[in-house]
Amino acid sequence: MKALRKLTWIELKLFTRDPLSLVFTLALPFFFLIVLNGVFGNEVETDPAEDVWRGVGPADYYVPAYLGLVMSAIGVLSMPTRLASYRERGVLRRFRASAMPLWAVLGSQIAIALLTAVVGAVSITIASTLIYGTDLQPADSLAFVPAFALAALSFGALGVLLGSVMPTSRSAQGAGIMLFFVMFLLSGSGPPREVLTGPMKALGNLLPLTHVITLLQDPWLGFGWNTGASIIVASILVGSVALSIRYFRWE
Amino acid sequence: MVFRCRRFGEDVVMVRAAGLEPVLLSMMDSALVVDGLRKRYGDTMAVDGVSFEVAAGEIFGIIGANGSGKTTTVECVQALRQADAGSVRVFGIDPQTDRASLRSVVGSQLQESELPNRLRVWEALDLFASISPTSADWRELLADWGLAEKKDAAFASLSGGQRQRLLVALALVNSPRLVFLDEMTTGLDPAARRVAWDLIDQIRLGGTTVVLVTHFMDEAERLCDRIAVFRQGRIIAAGSPQGLVDAHAGDATVHFSTDEADLSWLANSQGVERIDRAGSRVTVHGSGPLLAHTAATLVAHGIAPLDLRTERKTLEDAFLALTARQGGTTA
Repeated sequence: MKALRKLTWIELKLFTRDPLSLVFTLALPFFFLIVLNGVFGNEVETDPAEDVWRGVGPADYYVPAYLGLVMSAIGVLSMPTRLASYRERGVLRRFRASAMPLWAVLGSQIAIALLTAVVGAVSITIASTLIYGTDLQPADSLAFVPAFALAALSFGALGVLLGSVMPTSRSAQGAGIMLFFVMFLLSGSGPPREVLTGPMKALGNLLPLTHVITLLQDPWLGFGWNTGASIIVASILVGSVALSIRYFRWE
Repeated sequence: MVFRCRRFGEDVVMVRAAGLEPVLLSMMDSALVVDGLRKRYGDTMAVDGVSFEVAAGEIFGIIGANGSGKTTTVECVQALRQADAGSVRVFGIDPQTDRASLRSVVGSQLQESELPNRLRVWEALDLFASISPTSADWRELLADWGLAEKKDAAFASLSGGQRQRLLVALALVNSPRLVFLDEMTTGLDPAARRVAWDLIDQIRLGGTTVVLVTHFMDEAERLCDRIAVFRQGRIIAAGSPQGLVDAHAGDATVHFSTDEADLSWLANSQGVERIDRAGSRVTVHGSGPLLAHTAATLVAHGIAPLDLRTERKTLEDAFLALTARQGGTTA
């Protein structure tokens, strides 16, 4: 337990010392927020036939989507690259020879994912409230908090899985950047899902971020708990943890 | 009937009972016993039936060319790899079945292992100390290993020598009774290597047994009490550095210069086997204390060359002779 606590604290410090992971996980979603909210504003479309924003203003629609985007940046960009580079550089070998428990290594990564997701969520929500006057709180906090925790843990576990199976840090980075931008565009954090063509939507349905955004957006906007999305996201969590334990390699 | 033997550093204390002769219980003095270790990677036998014993308190060297099975052996011994066959006991502990106990008695400085670039020196020590319940105060290690000034430096900013010192300090942070140092001076400049050697001496003075894996012969000769020479997954020779030199380094040679035309009398000097001459330069080949005997014979014949010298045979000569002979590449 002491090892997990120390490792989590150190990983957190390392995260703040790494400009690239700060840019990707916190600054990039913030930049998207400025651009997209600047383009679309926050006017509610009154004609239901024309509406692509689920009946709310675009800025309100995007806030929970960016929270999901922060989680995905952690899960597919920073975490797999970090773990793969630890393996490449023999850091994991070093840990193993000193009897660092596997659960402490993986647990600290998931804890960081959760913490970073919270920091990202708070800063994005406050910024969006100050600049665009969006709501500071979810409409349904009781449903939103567990949805947020489930989504963040799930992307944390997915990050650990990608870090466990990617052979090198370069391949992890390449695959991560591709996955991140495909998800950004097709999961409802870029163009709203309503304007996507059929094949794009179908591909979007295969991406974890799509379901994470649905899971977060519904309680944020007051549409309640989304059981379908929660089952999919929980399955990603369980599957990623199981596969990580199975395929994790120290070297 | 019962004898007890305890070892306190250099002193062996024996308690004698019932008028019988005292015996040393050899198992009690063994830090490491390896018996018939084998490890195969695909078609290659990386380790092919290796057996050796390391006594508590000694510095035991494992030398050999790259790919001779040194690292695989120490990794199997530490249960970082699963051996195909053979038994290992570390202070009586079976590494494969009791990893938790193993980790509390061994420390390891691994080959080619690094730390995150932005991790600071004190953070690394603090982290690794938190893993083991037997950890010493890492602040003392920081001072002992000359890292106090670099306490807040990031790993990436450390020089090669500082990195090695940090990695060795990490290997010692759990106060191990046996520490494995694998190629710890590879990549260090000559001055940093000397510093590292002094540090290894210090580890032993602290009562820790050391297994040193290296391909530097001067290092093994300078530091080790006993050495095992590895070749193609086997131990082809073992013994003290001087013992290996005496047994395998080949003929002694003595060189001097003289204008004396007839040196035939020198062939009768003790230990001399052959005399080569090139102009005034003479090389005497032979065995035993060749320099002393040759000098005495020369002086007795009124010749006292100013440049009389012998070539000191080193572990490197023994190693090259051993590996060449076994390889059968050159006669």
